Amino acid sequence: MSKQPLSGKRSRTIGLVWRWALAAVLILFSIFPVLWIVSASINPVNDLANQKLIPDNWGFDNFRQLVTNPIFPFFTWLKNSLIIATVSTLLTLSLTTLAAFAFSRFRFRGRQSMLKSILLIQSFPNLLAIVALFTIIKQIGDVFPPFGLNTHAGLILVYSGGAMGMNIWLMKGYMDTIPRDIDESAHVDGATDWQVFSQLILPLLRPILVVISILSFIGTYGEFIIARTLLTQREMQTVMVGLQIFTAGQYTKNWGIFAAGALIAALPIMIIYLILQDQIVGGLTQGAVKG
Amino acid sequence: MDANPTPLKGEFVKKTILGAGNLLTYLIVLVVDIALGFFAFKLFSLGYTPLGICFVLIIIMISVAFLIPKAHMFKWMAIGLSAWLLFSIFPIVYTIYNAFTNYGDGHLISQTQAIGQIQAQTYLPETGKAYQWIAYRSPENEYLLWLKDADGNTTLVTQVDLEGDAEIPLVSGENGIGELDEEGAPVTIEGYTRLNRILAATDKNLTNIKFGDPENTIQVRSPSEAAELLPLYAYDPETNTFTHATTGTQYFDQEGTYTAKNGERLIPGYTALVGTKNFVQFVNSPGLRGPLVTIVIWNFLFATFSLLLTFSVGLLISIIYGDPKFKGKKILRSLLLIPYTIPSLITILIWRGMFNPDLGVINRILESVFNISPRWFTQPWLARIALLVVNTWLGYPYWMLVTSGALQSIPGDIYEAAEIDGASGWQRFRSITLPLLLVSVGPLMISSFIFNFNNFNLIYAFINGGPPIPTATTQAGYTDIIISYVYNLAFASGRGVQYGYASAISLILFLLIAVMSLLQFRFTNMWEEVGENV
Repeated sequence: MSKQPLSGKRSRTIGLVWRWALAAVLILFSIFPVLWIVSASINPVNDLANQKLIPDNWGFDNFRQLVTNPIFPFFTWLKNSLIIATVSTLLTLSLTTLAAFAFSRFRFRGRQSMLKSILLIQSFPNLLAIVALFTIIKQIGDVFPPFGLNTHAGLILVYSGGAMGMNIWLMKGYMDTIPRDIDESAHVDGATDWQVFSQLILPLLRPILVVISILSFIGTYGEFIIARTLLTQREMQTVMVGLQIFTAGQYTKNWGIFAAGALIAALPIMIIYLILQDQIVGGLTQGAVKG
Repeated sequence: MDANPTPLKGEFVKKTILGAGNLLTYLIVLVVDIALGFFAFKLFSLGYTPLGICFVLIIIMISVAFLIPKAHMFKWMAIGLSAWLLFSIFPIVYTIYNAFTNYGDGHLISQTQAIGQIQAQTYLPETGKAYQWIAYRSPENEYLLWLKDADGNTTLVTQVDLEGDAEIPLVSGENGIGELDEEGAPVTIEGYTRLNRILAATDKNLTNIKFGDPENTIQVRSPSEAAELLPLYAYDPETNTFTHATTGTQYFDQEGTYTAKNGERLIPGYTALVGTKNFVQFVNSPGLRGPLVTIVIWNFLFATFSLLLTFSVGLLISIIYGDPKFKGKKILRSLLLIPYTIPSLITILIWRGMFNPDLGVINRILESVFNISPRWFTQPWLARIALLVVNTWLGYPYWMLVTSGALQSIPGDIYEAAEIDGASGWQRFRSITLPLLLVSVGPLMISSFIFNFNNFNLIYAFINGGPPIPTATTQAGYTDIIISYVYNLAFASGRGVQYGYASAISLILFLLIAVMSLLQFRFTNMWEEVGENV
């Protein structure tokens, strides 16, 4: 009732003006760090103190440095990260889908308590058990070196084994929405469980498979603390570990190279977001938190 | 008559194939079991008993799932559950166990290993079996020692710490050994120089080197004598005590450390159960408890403010720009979503550079506009504010996405009714929008709170918990949250690692998180969902 005196058109204009003013502030807040890092990456000065938003004579020197710098094997790290994230995602996806099918379609004793304990145990942060994870991988490596410390296989196992809980729940929840009549009629026609799963259910799971794989890929790609603990050799490490260690050193003097590396490392995830935005939003509202 | 045989035949074929399939299954299970069994056996033989037991459990699970028809549903989850057991359950059990031990610096090894290491400590006795000696030195400073005991027996021994035989046979012409002199010592050895009295007396290394085999080491005692080293501590397995060879002091096993009556301790100790000592420790020790109180309070403040700030900024955006008539909504949303599309570690590190007090862009701007230069990394509250700014930037897009979805699901006619009743915009927001919104996003708020409660990445990568709390006896800082504090306890170099104590705090933290999670499950009816479908 208070906004009576203004005419409709004028009030709308004022509304638009302050909305856009606020939007400008928000946009500045949101994209300034990104602009800043883009500017740093093309600034040949390479020094945090002398960086300007619009560099004086820009070029791609910092990117060139990424390729040639021997103490900073950036593209090896990037390759490691992509391999680890891809394999972990595929492994998580197949293990959780199979397990979720059993939880969704079969009724057996202990099913409820298993589901509940999976959920509760999932809330224990992996990071707290890092000493244990280190010990397990070390001991496994003592018997079978290909899965030991400083191997990608060991890290992938830790990632996949640690991420089971929430994903089983997401997947099972989605499967429960698929009516069981479908598989019952297939069973009547003589189909085996495996046929029901692979030919009927699996094709229907596409949306949730996409969500889980994106979230799992982003999560493993961005993880650095377990990777840093288990991968001790420089050439084996991931790009996130590399960037983090880099900033712990003399980063203010190598700011430009860091910026270039950060931009390239961010690229895979940004592309995924831009292409698959809507699916990700769907997954988020079902309870997943970005890692 | 003619129509029937086909299905019968089909069934027959199917059964045969299934039978063969079963046989194949048995074979595969057998091979897998044997491989895993061998693996477990190796683990046991290396002394890794707990992990070995884990693998035995996995073998049992796989066999039951694939061989017992009634348990067929476990086939689907056997591999997944094995991974879950190894990398989710076992680490937790291990952490619980560690919480009741003194695992950490000085107590990193097993009892057998510790006893072995203490027994290996030796001393050079004043008396005892003595030898006459001559030393030979190679250009790489490797030594050989020729010895002659009182009975006239001669030997040539190598360094204990070098690979190869402990003793070289004294035969002229073999192994590069030249002629023997009247005492029986080689005049020359190929690759080595025979040290005369003066050279030997001035050689700095010689008196520190142990020769012979590890059980029976010999060291040079004086220019004229070498002697056999004796164990410094004698172990008595029956009483589980050590006795000092010369003073006779007895050392008793006290929670993993062999300790004398006067408090003197033998190094190393071993990992032993210490009961609830770790839990009692931070109640009693002010140096540990003090920082922990600060850390816990900040942990709750951090999670609460992070949630409030990200939620309100996100909600504000979706309310103001959710209006379908607002033009440019789509482009605005894409621009505001940008923080969310970059891996958080990368943006945290970028913010860290921007907040750098001397060189960063934020202080350069503040200095030129307001002539102030806040010390973001050294002043506790400024550091905390900086963290909240960064976290708001990281988190608001999530709430923007979530709340804009939730707002759309609130039916429009409620608002129309309220408007007719004369409710103002704020009233409508307070009594309609907010309550309905909270119902639908409440569970997500809890999980976001838990996420921030354990937001290790931000605290660690941005500022590593600093600035440090000066009164703390372990590494602790004003912006540390429990999880980063625990991490530093377990891994920070310099002040010693304390896995046992770190595990104890981990457990308490887990209990806190578990309570919050249970609250969330109640909210989302996840528990009930399980039951409903049975």
